[in-house]
Amino acid sequence: MSLHATHRDAGIVTVVDLSGRIVLGDGSALLRKTIRGLLEDQRKLILLNLADVDYIDSSGIGELVSGYTAVKNQSGDLKLLHLTKKVRDLLQITKLYTVFDVFTDEGTALRSFS
Amino acid sequence: MASDTKHLEMTLETIVESVNLAEEMCLRVAEAAGFGEDDCYRIGMSVREGVINAFHYGNQERPEKKIHLAVDLTADKMIIHVLDEGAGFKLSEVPDPLAEENLLSTSGRGIFLMRAFMDEFDVVSGKTGGAEIVMSKKLPGPGSTSPNGQGGQNATPQQEA
Repeated sequence: MSLHATHRDAGIVTVVDLSGRIVLGDGSALLRKTIRGLLEDQRKLILLNLADVDYIDSSGIGELVSGYTAVKNQSGDLKLLHLTKKVRDLLQITKLYTVFDVFTDEGTALRSFS
Repeated sequence: MASDTKHLEMTLETIVESVNLAEEMCLRVAEAAGFGEDDCYRIGMSVREGVINAFHYGNQERPEKKIHLAVDLTADKMIIHVLDEGAGFKLSEVPDPLAEENLLSTSGRGIFLMRAFMDEFDVVSGKTGGAEIVMSKKLPGPGSTSPNGQGGQNATPQQEA
């Protein structure tokens, strides 16, 4: 299943709803393009909704980290919402769970940006 | 090779599509061998990472080079070999992705994930001169209590000594 991404405004935050697999190839490329596009539009507060992402490989992890770094470098913030069990486990064993701000509730996540 | 060992092998092009192809083939073998959903996920992910490693680091994405994938199904485990046509590498030289200075690296987690998800993992010098990843997973035994493969399986990352 390829990756799909749509985004919506929620106050000062842009929520990106992702579904599918973030893996080497089109999935990673789409995530990169989406985040870079938002940064070009000066949307620097980004919440990635991963509720429908049940698979990420090392390339996808790398792309998440790359996006996080790119946003931080522009004084923005990138946070994660609704991790599936597999994705949460993956971020935990790679210690990235301590790097990203992760939320289980969208309202709480949005308020954390202000 | 023992007579009760089933052997499968395929030669893959050095293209992105080979990653999915290898994963799908190994998943079919794993499912047929009786692995549960969780173990199939771990095996599939490990095969992906092995082939990504061969595609990107081993063969340097050069299309004239091949990736050689082999699967042995013995009486007690599934063994996967991924061989590239690169220069080879030593496991001891692979940076630890959990080290503080590497946490925000955008690459270098494939080996770590394979070690975490499989029961046995090693990298040897292959017959092509490239690196050969050899990894295995124990077959679910008759005493396995978990239909989804969680019983007694190792999901703890094993660090380089």
